[in-house]
Amino acid sequence: MLWLLFFLVTAIRADLCQPDAENAFKVRLSIRTALGDKAYAWDTNEEYLFKAMVAFSMRKVPNRETTEISHVLLCNVTQRVSFWFVVTDPSRNHTLPAVEVQSAIRMNRNRINNAFFLNDQTLEFLRIPSTLAPPTDPSVPIWIIIFGVIFCIVLVATMLLILSGIQQHRRKNKGPSEMEDIEDKCENVITIENGIPCDPLDMKGGHINDAFVTEDERLTPL
Amino acid sequence: MRLEIKKRARGRGVGPGAMEKTRPLWATPLQFVFACISYAVGLGNVWRFPYLCQMHGGGSFLVPYVVMLVVEGMPLLYLELAVGQRTRQGSIGAWRAVSPYLSGVGVASVVVSFFLCTYYNVINAWAFWYLFHSFQDPLPWSVCPLNGNRTGYIEECEKASSTQYFWYRKTLNISPSIQESGAVQWEPALCLVLAWLVVYLCILRGTESTGKVVYFTALLPYCVLIIYLVRGLTLHGATNGLVYMFTPKMEQLANPKAWINAATQIFFSLGLGFGSLIAFASYNEPSNNCQKHAIIVSIINSSTSIFASIVTFSIYGFKATFNYESCLNKVILLLTNSFDLEDGFLTANNLEQVKDYLASAYPSKYSEVFPQIKNCSLESELETAVQGTGLAFIVYTEAIKNMKVSQLWSVLYFFMLLLLGIGSMLGNTAAILTPLTDSKVISSYLPKEAISGLVCLANCAIGMLFTMEAGSYWFDIFNDYAATLSLLLIVLVETVAVCYLYGLSRFESDLKAMTGHALNWYWKAMWGGVSPLLIISLFIFYLSDYIITGTLQYQAWDAAQGQLVTKDYPPHALAVIGLLVASSTMCIPLVALGTLITRRLRRGDPAPVA
Repeated sequence: MLWLLFFLVTAIRADLCQPDAENAFKVRLSIRTALGDKAYAWDTNEEYLFKAMVAFSMRKVPNRETTEISHVLLCNVTQRVSFWFVVTDPSRNHTLPAVEVQSAIRMNRNRINNAFFLNDQTLEFLRIPSTLAPPTDPSVPIWIIIFGVIFCIVLVATMLLILSGIQQHRRKNKGPSEMEDIEDKCENVITIENGIPCDPLDMKGGHINDAFVTEDERLTPL
Repeated sequence: MRLEIKKRARGRGVGPGAMEKTRPLWATPLQFVFACISYAVGLGNVWRFPYLCQMHGGGSFLVPYVVMLVVEGMPLLYLELAVGQRTRQGSIGAWRAVSPYLSGVGVASVVVSFFLCTYYNVINAWAFWYLFHSFQDPLPWSVCPLNGNRTGYIEECEKASSTQYFWYRKTLNISPSIQESGAVQWEPALCLVLAWLVVYLCILRGTESTGKVVYFTALLPYCVLIIYLVRGLTLHGATNGLVYMFTPKMEQLANPKAWINAATQIFFSLGLGFGSLIAFASYNEPSNNCQKHAIIVSIINSSTSIFASIVTFSIYGFKATFNYESCLNKVILLLTNSFDLEDGFLTANNLEQVKDYLASAYPSKYSEVFPQIKNCSLESELETAVQGTGLAFIVYTEAIKNMKVSQLWSVLYFFMLLLLGIGSMLGNTAAILTPLTDSKVISSYLPKEAISGLVCLANCAIGMLFTMEAGSYWFDIFNDYAATLSLLLIVLVETVAVCYLYGLSRFESDLKAMTGHALNWYWKAMWGGVSPLLIISLFIFYLSDYIITGTLQYQAWDAAQGQLVTKDYPPHALAVIGLLVASSTMCIPLVALGTLITRRLRRGDPAPVA
């Protein structure tokens, strides 16, 4: 009698966890893709951990704090590694609604991934979409800052060049008018030494200035 | 302390205002060479030549290319430099000196240069945009943005790729067709203003400032190209691209399109007919050996094209290998998941055998999965040949995002694009400004800085058209039609004018008097016969091509499908195209006619004209 009951229970439980059963989810792991040489083998201990993580996630849902590891059923484990799982209620006759399981897994996805050293792509829950990390948008887009810096530099350089060009123009305009006045005064090359124009000296022509000793007499002839 | 104040006697009867202004000169001949190199080596070397090389059989394209360089490129370049150096004027004045009826050629050059300036600087604006966005981690074009409820990516980005999405949606915000012009996008508009400000800064003082800037714009791109060459050759899969490119397909030599494209590429790559080369040469010393410089510039330009295509093809090879391996991995994943095979069992090596095994062992399931299995082929990845803005902003960015330290490579790459673009802009603006500053009427009212400023302002204002949502389509119109036919006509008229109107022997003696070297018979043969014939045949080919194709079409971006679709140009776009071509080509006959009429009127008038 007891054996019959036992078989009945296992049969019912087996019925609860079937591929494509109601409220059942398929899980797929790509351990070798994720870890390469450090890949671990998938055995019953890992399955136990998985059941524990699912039970942990369900316990966080209000009204489901009494979920036990034995309430999580796994079946159809393949070489891939992939399997199906369901979560039953305490009576073990019904499976919990898919929506509850979905939201529980989504909330704790990160913890589950980390327990197995995997990520959203290598530990897939089919039919449970993962929440993607929001991009960090700074308050001021970075490109505007860099644009502003370069724009200011170029603007300042342009202004400097324009202003120096204007100054050069002004100097050129003053230059020719100044030159004209002096040209009216003297036509020849004027050499000025110590403030005294040398012109008068040139006009002397032939007179020796005794103040200067000629070089020949200074040096004793060889 | 001796103070010598020397005053030279200036023509006493002549006041300071009539003092002759000496023409500004390049500080050294090296500046002139660098200016020409900086102008000729532009974006076309990077994004057009590799495409042509790929289309026309890789290594074997080099044969028509070198032939056309020697037969068409060098002679025409020498001709333009010689004319500019001899007449020492911008394009309008230069051609008026050759023959008074021909100043229309100069006017046509200025008009074409004006169109070119307007749309070319938009590329620099886009390069600035990408450069500023390269300082982020991760690069904004490497990931798709998330959709509203954060469960997946935006649909347009999923259907296309993240780099295409960033280009078409974030940069251009492109509209579905040319009719829907949309509003001016403020982000590209700001970048365009900055681009024009940078160009203004460089041309502000004329040859004084341009001469210093060209040291950078000519040399720095080579530094970046060398860095990229080293990086590109060490990338995984680069050899695939190089082997693909350089495997000569000799049958392409028989294809006339290969020769036509080689001739066109040489022609446009050297920038003949815009008047920029004449403008640059007009600032030379008359005794400058422009023959040597013409040969140097054309050889450097072509070598840069080949060098850039080596870099491009190693990057192509990397990208194609990366995509091929991703495709294979997707197929492997699909089969592993469908048949619950052990993870890591399927590899690229045993894929085919396992596929056959599965097809025989599980035929029904395999036939279900079969439609989704893509045929991954490295050849088909390599064959996706792209040119133009698509290559620069989509394909290259896709390759860069997969490199290590992608921000650095991205910054380097867009900095190089900017240098190339601004170097070419210096020549383009010189083609417009030199005739304007040479004209006594304008330069007596306004200083050089103001003329440059006004030209930049006008171009910037018109360039805002290209920052609208449909701006990219108008850009393509300008890029394809504003310069092509007109330039061929301009250069043809130039060659014929110098050889037959002015007289080849007269020009030869002018050159001999100016430089001291005799003119080689080779140049005479090319100028007199071969080059004009070549240009005429190119011209006929293009005209017949336009006529045969009937309606002109363009590629529009379909956001729903995430790809380009072909559409017909609406009538107003066709009118603009016609206007673009007519406004420059009609200058030549109209000005000639105008000169003829004014001369006849003057001859009828008894007052003598000096």
